[in-house]
Amino acid sequence: MRKRLLGLAAVAMAALMSVSHAEDKKVTIGVSIPAADHGWTAGIVFHAERVAKLLMAEHPGLNVIVKTSPDAATQANAVQDLAVQGIDALVILPSDPDPLVNAIKEVKDKGAFVTLVDRAPSSNDNSVRDLYVAGNNPALGAVAGQYIKEKSPDAQVVVIRGLPIPIDQQRQDGFDQAIAGSNVKVLEKQFGNWNRDDAFKVMQDYLTKYPKIDVVWCQDDDMAVGVLQAIEQAKRTDIQYVVAGAGSKDMIKKVMDGDKLIPVDVLYPPAMIGTALQLTAANFYDQVPVRGSFILDATLVTKDNAKDFYFPESPF
Amino acid sequence: MTDLAANKPSARISWRNIDLAAVAPFVALALLLVLGAFANPNFISIDNLLNVLTRSAFIAIIAVGATFVISSGGLDLSVGSMVAFVASLTIMFLNSGAFAGPGAMLAAAVVVAILIGAACGLANGLITTLGRIEPFIATLGTMGIYRGLTTWLSQGGAITLRSPDIQSLYRPAYFGSVLGVPVPIIVIVATAALGAFVLYRTRYGRHVLAVGSNEDVARYSGIPVSRVRTLAYVIQGLCVAVTCLLYIPRLGSTSATTGLMWELQAITAVVIGGTALRGGVGRIWGTVCGAFILEIVGNIMLLSNFVSEYLIGAIQGAIIIVAMLVQRSLARR
Repeated sequence: MRKRLLGLAAVAMAALMSVSHAEDKKVTIGVSIPAADHGWTAGIVFHAERVAKLLMAEHPGLNVIVKTSPDAATQANAVQDLAVQGIDALVILPSDPDPLVNAIKEVKDKGAFVTLVDRAPSSNDNSVRDLYVAGNNPALGAVAGQYIKEKSPDAQVVVIRGLPIPIDQQRQDGFDQAIAGSNVKVLEKQFGNWNRDDAFKVMQDYLTKYPKIDVVWCQDDDMAVGVLQAIEQAKRTDIQYVVAGAGSKDMIKKVMDGDKLIPVDVLYPPAMIGTALQLTAANFYDQVPVRGSFILDATLVTKDNAKDFYFPESPF
Repeated sequence: MTDLAANKPSARISWRNIDLAAVAPFVALALLLVLGAFANPNFISIDNLLNVLTRSAFIAIIAVGATFVISSGGLDLSVGSMVAFVASLTIMFLNSGAFAGPGAMLAAAVVVAILIGAACGLANGLITTLGRIEPFIATLGTMGIYRGLTTWLSQGGAITLRSPDIQSLYRPAYFGSVLGVPVPIIVIVATAALGAFVLYRTRYGRHVLAVGSNEDVARYSGIPVSRVRTLAYVIQGLCVAVTCLLYIPRLGSTSATTGLMWELQAITAVVIGGTALRGGVGRIWGTVCGAFILEIVGNIMLLSNFVSEYLIGAIQGAIIIVAMLVQRSLARR
């Protein structure tokens, strides 16, 4: 009897819960992101899908549609397709922000909540988006510069940059400002195109050109792979360490394991797409104000906090 | 003039026997070496030159295959993507642990890479010949396919060789050396020698050049044009496979950006080497020299102190054009 009562109670509970679930607010969030064409965007896709699953489990009334597009033109179409399906919010990481402004505005004018991630158009105000979530490019350079300045005040540094585009310049400016007035000396800067093979070549040539290099700042974890290989091949022992950035699982693992050449990593995490999704969902379910700009710190990943940023399942 | 010639007949004849067009790329290379020595004394050091020659192995070996395709009147734009695709599949095979020992695994991987490379080349060949599609369009299509499949296999991230045993066994294939000569340089010379033998000394090689210079005449002479062309693409696929076998041990991983734009570098190397883009002429050793020139130009830029990092692309382009002009002016005599 008692068992049966308990059973009934359980059934009643389940019924009640399903009722409350049915009453859970119906919200559809469209997510438009670039296709996974290199490591970082692969991370974006991974984290968008991961957090979408988490959120949908938490809010049964929530539907998150994730769409990837290889270029700006296709992404504009994808945004339109999402709008046709009827979305309450759009979370977008534009592959190229300026050409997409009109497509985004159209969605916003229909009353959808718009969250813009990482890449801002030239007029980044509340006529385009409600919420802006981004990493901090100048800080990525500044944190690296600060670390080098403190750890090795008289270091001779070689720099491998990405591609000649604005975010690369912002990172470089941040770095230059951080080491300004110190004894840290930049021997040379060259572009490695955020590509492993190109970074390998540039590093090989640096090693030929300079008999003594203390520190390498290569901005990006992908390029660090090539840099480490070049150093190993040349059997050079003068290089104390390499500072990269982004937060790929391989480099975070090296920091966790206490690799001498990779003591730290500077965060520019693709998981920020998850931050944007969470905040957007909070706008609908938690009645908390989220409109505005949310700029993530370029956190310095050290041996102590590395496990917080380690995603062994991620492709990046 | 005639008197002079009569006085020194032997000298005149030997001078005539040298094919200036074939020598031209080597003259351009020599000029670049002199320029490099002025830019930075470290340039001429043995270590640096060996580094640069080793680095050029990927493009040089691919370009040997491209010489066959181009001199047969074809074109292959898919080679860069093919490198990424073949290398990714080979690494995945190495990770699968199908064979017990690392040695057996590695030997099997060599066979796998060569089979996949040949299959990719065969696909290109059949699409252009059986499908009668312009090589430019056909290989533009397969370029997208191979690149897309690589991105899909890697989910946009990297495919990394996991077993440290295999890695340490495999590493010398790129970083090792025999009697002081790095392995990749030996592979370049071996591939080019084999390529030159096939192109200049075999019936198939003469068929390639005949098909490239005039398809109709070749067909009326009884040459199986489609088969010759298809085989040229298979040779290209084999060269890509050899490149992959050298590429994998370098970084131990591939990503969606592996081999990006390598097809253009390979075609540039072939053209600098004196092979005509319209087909009918093939110069294997010139091609290898062209690949060296491309790599050396980049190296000189980096070692010199007077070029801004923003201008490197422009100067590289200019040097390639000057190298071509030197070549043409010698060839015209």
